[in-house]
Amino acid sequence: MDIRSQVAMVFHLDKCIGCHTCSIACKNVWTDRKGADYMWWNNVETKPGTGYPTKWEDQGEYKGGWIVKDGKLELRLTGKGKFLQKIFYQPDLPTMDEYYEPWTYRYEDLFNGPELDDQPTAIPISKVTGEYIDVESGPNWDDDLGGSALYARNDPNLAAMTEEQRLQLLSIETLVMFYLPRICNHCANPACVAACPSGAIYKRGEDGIVLVNQNVCRGWRYCVSACPYKKVFYNWSTGKSEKCLLCYPRVETGQAPACFHSCVGRIRYMGVLLYDADKIQEAGVRPDAELVDAHRDMLADPFDPAVIESARKNGVTEQILKAAQKSPVYKFVKEWGLALAPHPEFRTFPSLFYVPALGPVTYSVENGIALNPTSTDEIFAPLDQARLPMSYLASLFGAGQEAPVRYAMKKMMAIRTWKRAVTVGDVEMQVALDGLREADCTTEQAEAIYRLTSLCNYEDRFVIPPSHREQAVEVLTNPLEKKGAAGFGFREQPQRGF
Amino acid sequence: MLDKFLWVGFPYVALVLAIVVSILRFVWKPFSYSSLSSQFLENKQLFWGSGLWHWGIVWVLTGHLVAFLIPGQILAWNSAPFRLYLLEFTGLTAALLALVGIVALMVRRHTSSRVKVVTTAMDWILLGFLLLQVTTGIDTALRYRWGSSWYASNAAPYLWSLLSLSPRPELIVPLPWLPKIHILSGFSVILLIPFTRLVHFLVVPIFYYWRKPQVVIWNRKGLR
Repeated sequence: MDIRSQVAMVFHLDKCIGCHTCSIACKNVWTDRKGADYMWWNNVETKPGTGYPTKWEDQGEYKGGWIVKDGKLELRLTGKGKFLQKIFYQPDLPTMDEYYEPWTYRYEDLFNGPELDDQPTAIPISKVTGEYIDVESGPNWDDDLGGSALYARNDPNLAAMTEEQRLQLLSIETLVMFYLPRICNHCANPACVAACPSGAIYKRGEDGIVLVNQNVCRGWRYCVSACPYKKVFYNWSTGKSEKCLLCYPRVETGQAPACFHSCVGRIRYMGVLLYDADKIQEAGVRPDAELVDAHRDMLADPFDPAVIESARKNGVTEQILKAAQKSPVYKFVKEWGLALAPHPEFRTFPSLFYVPALGPVTYSVENGIALNPTSTDEIFAPLDQARLPMSYLASLFGAGQEAPVRYAMKKMMAIRTWKRAVTVGDVEMQVALDGLREADCTTEQAEAIYRLTSLCNYEDRFVIPPSHREQAVEVLTNPLEKKGAAGFGFREQPQRGF
Repeated sequence: MLDKFLWVGFPYVALVLAIVVSILRFVWKPFSYSSLSSQFLENKQLFWGSGLWHWGIVWVLTGHLVAFLIPGQILAWNSAPFRLYLLEFTGLTAALLALVGIVALMVRRHTSSRVKVVTTAMDWILLGFLLLQVTTGIDTALRYRWGSSWYASNAAPYLWSLLSLSPRPELIVPLPWLPKIHILSGFSVILLIPFTRLVHFLVVPIFYYWRKPQVVIWNRKGLR
């Protein structure tokens, strides 16, 4: 047993309103720079949709994540044997066109333009070349299913559905959507780290945050291709790769990262997960059908004395252990079985989990008219008739397995029905209680889930122990050494080349 | 005097600066060490340019290195005309690949507006010298079809004499001007290494083959 501590996350999709406040908070703090302006370390996608960069989920194209070969985990991008072949040209690298070419507007023309019969306009110009740009797409071009005939139709997850389901999903009367906010997953088995030729990307032992050492990165870009979630980005100006750093300066002092803190819908939870690093390899080679369970099995019970002992041996402090016992993430993922990792079949074991969004309450359509449920006893449609087919969610969160997704959805629906019986009273209490039992949920658990979902305060959502870096390396270094430094931890301007 | 400068002074200046500045730059400005790839901005033309250039030049440089290490065996090999032509033909093919590659890279750098943004004057100077180096090499191979023997009989001992600090410029002085330019531009490229993006070949990631897949760094000393 090798118990490590990981700062982990849950995004409650049922609460996400798709306002992009998280993206803006992140952009303003970290990526508002030359070479980084196309990057969205945090982005919010509309699902179904192709996402950012386009079709990032399609590993046939990008070769991200891990595969099992001869009973062992191997990078889909490159085994060690063929790794140098790709160093002169990377066939699997997404280019700027797969993200978007960032642009601004020539605002000064509004003031300096010559006097004409028409109003002056601010034309769009590329933030790369400064030339006029005909804007054809952006990182969020398909927001709220805009252009769904092009975007939603090409969602890689649609492959898991029948033709009939696809038609239903895309026709105007029955279309359905939800939001998927994405940041770096800070995986337990990160493919970006394993693919980095220079060894510049590393996982921090104490909290599991994955970072790129800017002084060691040589810009070979294997990480960009290897990350199946496309959350490592190449800074085209400095020639270095960059990624979400989970606002580690904030996390180290017990504060929530910028995107978490600014979340309007309070959908984001952060807490400590203890996991057994010895189980990573063995869990990684399990067949798709067992991956969700294998991942949950890897997460260790923070109350188990053996786990606590092993964690202490690894230097996990008492404060971190206490935080792990109060972790909202542990509850959502392991105790309640509500939160699921995105695309577990990529086998990186993300530390970010999603509570799937419930479908709309209206569920059936007759003659082009959307109908409400027929009786108040059933607020939701049976899952088999849900507008968003379970096969779609299973493709996104279950490695193709519907069972874990159905379990989570059923439980959430049962809690809603039960809470309605309690507060509104137009549902038979016995029906509600039967529903809870069927969904493997006690009334105590239902109450706890309800409270952490609906009434959660800052302290409930973010249980972040201080890292005590003042007791770590910093005591050995000159405290004034990094004075005046910002961002990457060194004082040099991030300029290209020599 | 000029011969002394060209074949003794300049090569030593180039070699010493290449080594010293590369090390200093690695220590003091590690952030500046990067391949500075522009594939992210343009990848269609790069496929031909970068691939042909790199594979061609790696082949050519390997040939130079082998002949530098075992010049006697190369001379013996070249004693039969057929084997000489085989060697020359192999080298020429690789050099032509590199030539097509570098021309493609220069065209790309000139035509792609995105790539232009990340192009510096030093990039063009470097490309110019590399082009000169490849063309003079090819020209030598075409005009004097025993260039590889020359390299083994004159250039290799000359390079060894430089390394052993007892330079013998007289090995180079009687050569025609074409191989002389080739040698001079070769040392110019070496001189350019630490001042340009060429440093990327000094950090070719061969250590990847030995390291474990996952890198975990612990902050607290003495834990791991």
